Amino acid sequence: MDIFLQQLINGLVLGSVYALVALGYTMVYGILELINFAHGEITMMGAMVALSVIGALALAAPGLPGVLVLGAGLVVAIPVCVALGLLIERVAYRPLRHAPRLAPLITAIGVSIILQNVAMLIWGKQYLPFPAILPQGRHTLYGASITDVQIAILLLATAIMLLLILMVQKTRLGRAMRATAQSRQVASLMGVDVNRVIAATFAIGSALAAVAGVMVSAYYGLAHYYMGFLLGLKAFSAAVLGGIGNLGGAMLGGLLLGLIESFGAGYIGDLTGGFLGSNYQDVFAFFVLIAVLVFRPSGLLGVRVVERA
Amino acid sequence: MSALLAINRLSVAYGGIHAVRELSLEVAPGEMVCLIGANGAGKTTTLKAVSGLLAPHGGSVHFDGQSITRLPAHEVARRGLTLVPEGRGVFPRMSVAENLMMGAYARRDRAEIARDLDQVYALLPRLTERRAQLAGLLSGGEQQMLALGRAMMARPRLLLLDEPSMGLAPLMVQAVFDIIRRIAAGGVAVLLIEQNAHLALKTCARGYVLENGTVTLSGPAAELSANPAVRQAYLGD
Repeated sequence: MDIFLQQLINGLVLGSVYALVALGYTMVYGILELINFAHGEITMMGAMVALSVIGALALAAPGLPGVLVLGAGLVVAIPVCVALGLLIERVAYRPLRHAPRLAPLITAIGVSIILQNVAMLIWGKQYLPFPAILPQGRHTLYGASITDVQIAILLLATAIMLLLILMVQKTRLGRAMRATAQSRQVASLMGVDVNRVIAATFAIGSALAAVAGVMVSAYYGLAHYYMGFLLGLKAFSAAVLGGIGNLGGAMLGGLLLGLIESFGAGYIGDLTGGFLGSNYQDVFAFFVLIAVLVFRPSGLLGVRVVERA
Repeated sequence: MSALLAINRLSVAYGGIHAVRELSLEVAPGEMVCLIGANGAGKTTTLKAVSGLLAPHGGSVHFDGQSITRLPAHEVARRGLTLVPEGRGVFPRMSVAENLMMGAYARRDRAEIARDLDQVYALLPRLTERRAQLAGLLSGGEQQMLALGRAMMARPRLLLLDEPSMGLAPLMVQAVFDIIRRIAAGGVAVLLIEQNAHLALKTCARGYVLENGTVTLSGPAAELSANPAVRQAYLGD
């Protein structure tokens, strides 16, 4: 029971981070039918920028409460990622809006390689440790343990997702985003400045990515210039699992993927008699991706077929 | 010059092919004008260029005395020129009510929007019953009505209608044209393009005949209806 509950907690925490990143993929896909493969790298940039700020602050003012320092990291990382997302959209995607579909996919991969290399030049190749500034509290719950960091990730991710749903359903920008996703041309006939809506979509997705990047680095206690690649692919798998283009799908897919990984890693040793260990955790996302593409290409909640992957 | 819409020698090219050549036409405030012609004559291209969906190659478009020749579509829409596109273009995964509110997207006058919404529901009772339903689940005729109602929510001074009768059963065509006449009676100018020339000429005061991307005939609808060439080519005589 305690192992089951422990995997459940770990899976939900991991899954809510995947969900935040998956939302960025799915929102952009919903509007542009483009898979923004640079999105994982934006998450990485968020983690790296926040870590730099947090490290500098922890050195400069050792007495500051950890939550404040973390907040400062987020306050810097979010606008940096938003600016980066806007820049990428403007430079790498907008000029190719009417190009064949493969072209923006290739520039997306190009941008992600550029971002990785820029990060490597700035921060080096080594793993950056997350300074020990956060409360290290650990609570026991029916035999499983949950840390303060895990609780904070769950609460923050849930709050952000609820706010996003509210924004998309109730606000003027949200209506414009949904209209643009359904028909760019007709939305423009209603007076919607489609380019601004697309830019806003990238901005929101990048802000979510920044938060997710900080969460991941706080959770694992480190950040690395290459961390966005795997995280991005997993979140993309989560978006496909839920049905790409569908916000609820990205949330569901993210949580499910986190659970699948966590339970898979927890039980794979027992199931294979010790032949495979929990280091195979990363494999599950891609099993899921392949299985979804083979058996249900439109995803769990999706209506449209994935046209590019 | 008192025209609300003045198109002067408009040319539009698609990948080297001139779909519209030196087309000129005018619509006066409150006037109903139709543009008739065969498939591929350039009717839809003209409306797309006027509404900003396509950039013209040459010529000019003036709305209310100001050039809108190369304005993007959302700017044109905000000036009071609303296109109801071919195939109606409702947002299928939004409710009827949300579609109508999208029509008023560029407006900020909340009280007036609420009043216009009531008027649209009064004009289109079928939509009232279905206001919570997804637009994609409506019949073709209901979608056309929704598209017209949504256009009214923008409070346009000029309505551009692209083939509103397309794909509709004859009774529904009657109902839709009835609504169009009532909208026009409220003072909104209409530029209508139709393959159903008989219906278009019966509805509008003036007409233009488009052939191979250029205007070959124009005049009062009654005159065009009596013209032997028009009768032979478009009215099936």
